[in-house]
Amino acid sequence: MSFGPFLLLALMEGMVTSAVLALAAVGLSLVFGIMRVVNVAHGEFFMLGAVSAWFVSQWVPGPPAVAFAAALILCPLFVGAIAALADMVVLKRLNYEPEATIVATIGLLYILQQAALSFYGPDARPVPAPFNFRVQLPWFGYSGYKIAVVAASALVLLGVWRLLAKSRVGLIMRATQYDRETARAFGINVDRVYAGVFALGGGLAALAAVLIVPIQQAHYLMGTDPLLLSFIVVIIGGLGSLRGTVIAALLIGLSDGVISTFFAPTLAKIVATLLVALVLVFRPQGLFGRRAL
Amino acid sequence: MTLSTRIWALHLAVLAALLAGSVLLPAYHQTNVAKVMVLATYAMGYNIAFGYTGLLSLGHALFFGAGLYGAGLLVQHAGLPAGPALLAGILAGGAMAAAVGLLALRTQGVAFMIVTLMFAQAGYLTILYNTAWTRGEEGIVIAREARMLFGHDLSADLPRYLAAFALFAAGLVVKLWLVRSPTGRVMIALRENEERSRMLGYDPYARKLAALVVSGLYAGAAGAAYGLLFGYVGASLASTQYSILPLLWVLLGGAGTVLGPLVGALSMFYLIDYSSAFTTASLLVVGVALVLLVLFAPRGILGTIRERWLKWLP
Repeated sequence: MSFGPFLLLALMEGMVTSAVLALAAVGLSLVFGIMRVVNVAHGEFFMLGAVSAWFVSQWVPGPPAVAFAAALILCPLFVGAIAALADMVVLKRLNYEPEATIVATIGLLYILQQAALSFYGPDARPVPAPFNFRVQLPWFGYSGYKIAVVAASALVLLGVWRLLAKSRVGLIMRATQYDRETARAFGINVDRVYAGVFALGGGLAALAAVLIVPIQQAHYLMGTDPLLLSFIVVIIGGLGSLRGTVIAALLIGLSDGVISTFFAPTLAKIVATLLVALVLVFRPQGLFGRRAL
Repeated sequence: MTLSTRIWALHLAVLAALLAGSVLLPAYHQTNVAKVMVLATYAMGYNIAFGYTGLLSLGHALFFGAGLYGAGLLVQHAGLPAGPALLAGILAGGAMAAAVGLLALRTQGVAFMIVTLMFAQAGYLTILYNTAWTRGEEGIVIAREARMLFGHDLSADLPRYLAAFALFAAGLVVKLWLVRSPTGRVMIALRENEERSRMLGYDPYARKLAALVVSGLYAGAAGAAYGLLFGYVGASLASTQYSILPLLWVLLGGAGTVLGPLVGALSMFYLIDYSSAFTTASLLVVGVALVLLVLFAPRGILGTIRERWLKWLP
């Protein structure tokens, strides 16, 4: 294959990474933007989404498409419920004090990882894709499912944006983000908003994982990479900025695709992590955001 | 008994008890306690940054790893003897802390946590990337012949225990002196109220950098000693988990107490050791301990004792 098509393939792979990353990162960004909580366990919500999708694919009979559709609905709900529970039992009692919540979410990370290891085991297991067809390009064939992942992610992101910008729920969320005390004075149940936002963040990570799991197998340690990449995306995009997060996800996903194809994946990650550290040091508001961390 | 005598008496008594362990403890526990003393040295370094200066770093594995690989690679590839390698490891930890601190200390709070986390992750990935030298996850096993210090074989039980004890004792004495010195008071002042310390004429950036470098020297020393005493240098010892563990030990033992890191490392080590008899879920123990600590005992064991009974505990 000559350079041109090779680059195209790298960019298409990068688009799939970007699409999934954008979903996971928007979840992390919402939680930080509204609750000011840095959720270190976010990657484990992603992992739980993938692992629970495997369980659903085992339990639901019939063609893979039915099981996959069930997983798309059930897994984010299941993970969202766990997230809401964690918020009510632990984070709320810490009063969302930044350093204490980070330590607590690190604890949560280990608990969820161990739970997955105990109930799911150390193996990586595949989940069948809902459909298999190849889109034939002049130079190579490409998985139709991967293209569907990009489209689905774009739809969900559009939905999240509408929810935040146009709906009453979004208005309440933004009011809480703007000033928690005043929101409370206006009769908004801030505790419920926080539990809901934490559940939404976890649910988005789980949804991203369900979409990726037919391509990449479910494993109990799979949460680390999405966590780091989501952090990178959220910080480069500017914390709490939805638009910035999506742009940064595209930037990171595409460059990751290109660098991983032409160089080594590990090198791509080294460059990205150093980049994010330097962005935080020299431009703490991110490339697109207005507020500093 | 004056306050100062009482404090020194307590800490020397703890050291005497650990020294007695070299003859009293059975072989199995001797290896364990040797490991705990090395890890507690690492945690003491972490405590200087986190407990006393208020710098919550999530990247200390980078300094530990710098010591580990600084010593390990020199022994393995340059054939350096253990003594100079240990020194090189200590300096590597301090130098790495200085380099990271120069940049990371421009940020504060959550940003500082994430910047240190990212630098440590980049360091971990660099170790994996240079597999030819480091052998990645698999790691390097340091041969017995290379682990001789002043004519003593560090792979044998007693010399290893005594070497770990010497490292810990030196660390403890320096730390006790440091935190009770005027420099230590300024560190605590920075933790409590940075603006006020600045107003009193101290330079927070320089003071925090100094504290971080001292912390890095401790971490480097512990890393180098770990490699030389236990003969293994692997990437997993520089992973994020090794940034989290000293935080856990310090929180458990009591942040900002001199003996807290030892108490925390010792109790956590034996908690996992005993729980492994009936469950393999060691990660669960770590996770639950972290959550319970921040929820119910944010001051840790010695922090609570100091608050309730022994107000003079440094």
